[in-house]
Amino acid sequence: MTETANPRFLRPLSAPGADAGKAVTFGPDKPLTLDCGRTLSPFSIAYMTYGTLNADKSNAILICHALTGDQFVASKHPVTGKPGWWTMMVGPGRAIDTDRFFVICANVIGGCMGSTGPAEIDPATGKPYALDFPLVTVRDMVRAQAMLLDALGIETLLAVVGGSMGGMQALQWAASFPTRVRAVVPIACAARHSAQNIAFHEVGRQAIMADPDWKGGDYQSHGTRPSKGLAVARMAAHITYLSEAALQRKFGRNLQNRDALSFQFAPDFQIESYLHHQGATFVDRFDANSYLYITRAMDYFDLAEDYAGHLADAFRDSPNRFCIISFTSDWLFPTAENKRIAHALNAVAAKVSFVEIKTDKGHDSFLLDEPEMFDTVRGFLNAVASADGLA
Amino acid sequence: MSGASNLRADLAAIAEMIPDGARVLDVGCGDGALLEYLVRTKKVDGRGIELSQQNVNACVARGLAVVQGDADSDLGEYPDQVFDFVILSQTIQATEKPSQVLEHMLRIGRQAVISLPNFGHWRVRLALLFGGRMPRTRALGYSWYDTPNIHLCTIADFVDLVRGNGAVIDRALALKDNHVAGDVRPDSWGPNFAAQGAIFLLRKN
Repeated sequence: MTETANPRFLRPLSAPGADAGKAVTFGPDKPLTLDCGRTLSPFSIAYMTYGTLNADKSNAILICHALTGDQFVASKHPVTGKPGWWTMMVGPGRAIDTDRFFVICANVIGGCMGSTGPAEIDPATGKPYALDFPLVTVRDMVRAQAMLLDALGIETLLAVVGGSMGGMQALQWAASFPTRVRAVVPIACAARHSAQNIAFHEVGRQAIMADPDWKGGDYQSHGTRPSKGLAVARMAAHITYLSEAALQRKFGRNLQNRDALSFQFAPDFQIESYLHHQGATFVDRFDANSYLYITRAMDYFDLAEDYAGHLADAFRDSPNRFCIISFTSDWLFPTAENKRIAHALNAVAAKVSFVEIKTDKGHDSFLLDEPEMFDTVRGFLNAVASADGLA
Repeated sequence: MSGASNLRADLAAIAEMIPDGARVLDVGCGDGALLEYLVRTKKVDGRGIELSQQNVNACVARGLAVVQGDADSDLGEYPDQVFDFVILSQTIQATEKPSQVLEHMLRIGRQAVISLPNFGHWRVRLALLFGGRMPRTRALGYSWYDTPNIHLCTIADFVDLVRGNGAVIDRALALKDNHVAGDVRPDSWGPNFAAQGAIFLLRKN
């Protein structure tokens, strides 16, 4: 049993006129089998589409979002009222051209923007799942996406594109469903989460769990929200998305709304109030438990581990074309990690392109105005589409 | 679309050696001119390795499968005999370990195509003999202190290296004044004196 309806969001809509997309609910006959051994049923996947699916269903591109992203890639976000998170990359005439391609983006399983996650009601108890929600992995996210494509009647994707955790999903697509996708574009990502990355995530999780309003994860039942902890988690994470050079260029030691140091702990520096702002706006749109679950999914990601430590074996006999993109100042997913993927692909003679883009904007570069990235993706997708006989 | 006529003469000569539909790795593919020609016109399954990131980005934007890397450190990761042809154009003299690069090329590909400048050309010989300084020619225009060409050789030297590696020369073409002067016998004295460069088609014995 599969039903399609409007998605339900945790937070009220600030832009009720914006397209909220759809949600597919998979009934008890279609449970999601998870890596942790449990199954999730029923469950919903909320998604947005842009452009038009052609007659032979050969122009679909799946975009995978990052840790705190969602399905609103290229249109106004109904909850925040802000523009889509990748409007420079996706849209009419853009590198991922919605005049040519049918673009799909789904909220990941475990998320909080309409797909089933820890804030949803557990039908077994009638209460929110909270920490009873099963741990999900990147592979589970991809499995759920494949089920969504089944429901949409799309057998094969022209491409899977994603940055950061979205790139991990793109890699997992290549490993799990190599014949359901032609081209794979992992951007600013890695085939495994590094010790440093796990460390930063753990800081974030501990900040959330240290907030007395977290209530052992059961904050919904208590009518509270661990906003302070989640904001701190976001602040710490946000630093990892930028680069030292960009922070220095943007903020330096500039003071915020004052001419001299205050000799107090109120934010003196612009960088402090910038981080506070990042934390404050984040808690308005994101669920703390979702943050715990999704960061854990990233921590668990190690594609080589599924292949006895040989990353190349994940891509053996791969029919896919790959385009890997990294950024020079990204220290969260540095070029070396991206190159490791390229090396593994070379080792099995897979068709791979690898581009490193020079920028000082850090990991977040993949979300920003980076013309070389757009040119790369455009050229790559053109080549894939023309090889596929797509006009 | 670039036609063979738009290709540099030595690249066009290399392109002629490659049959339609072959699997090709172009090591040091530059801006991708040869690779693009091969992919579009000869429908080869083409890959490239290029040192300059700027060139790599340009190649990928042209739809070519190119990775950033260099001949010395990155050929080792490719499996045996996965390409029909491995091309190295005007690059072997700039590698750190030409012998190892050659060995990898013959391991990865069934055949290797290598073009190189000839340090045995008479102008080079005369420049050193009468000028008493490291020769600078049109083909080799660098000063000794800033040249990327750290392993220059003559055609005869290269032939020795090929034979030393147990490889066979299937074809040798002489390059003169930016055009291909045709097939030559690699052992003969003439081309080593008169050719500014050469293109070799090699395979493992």
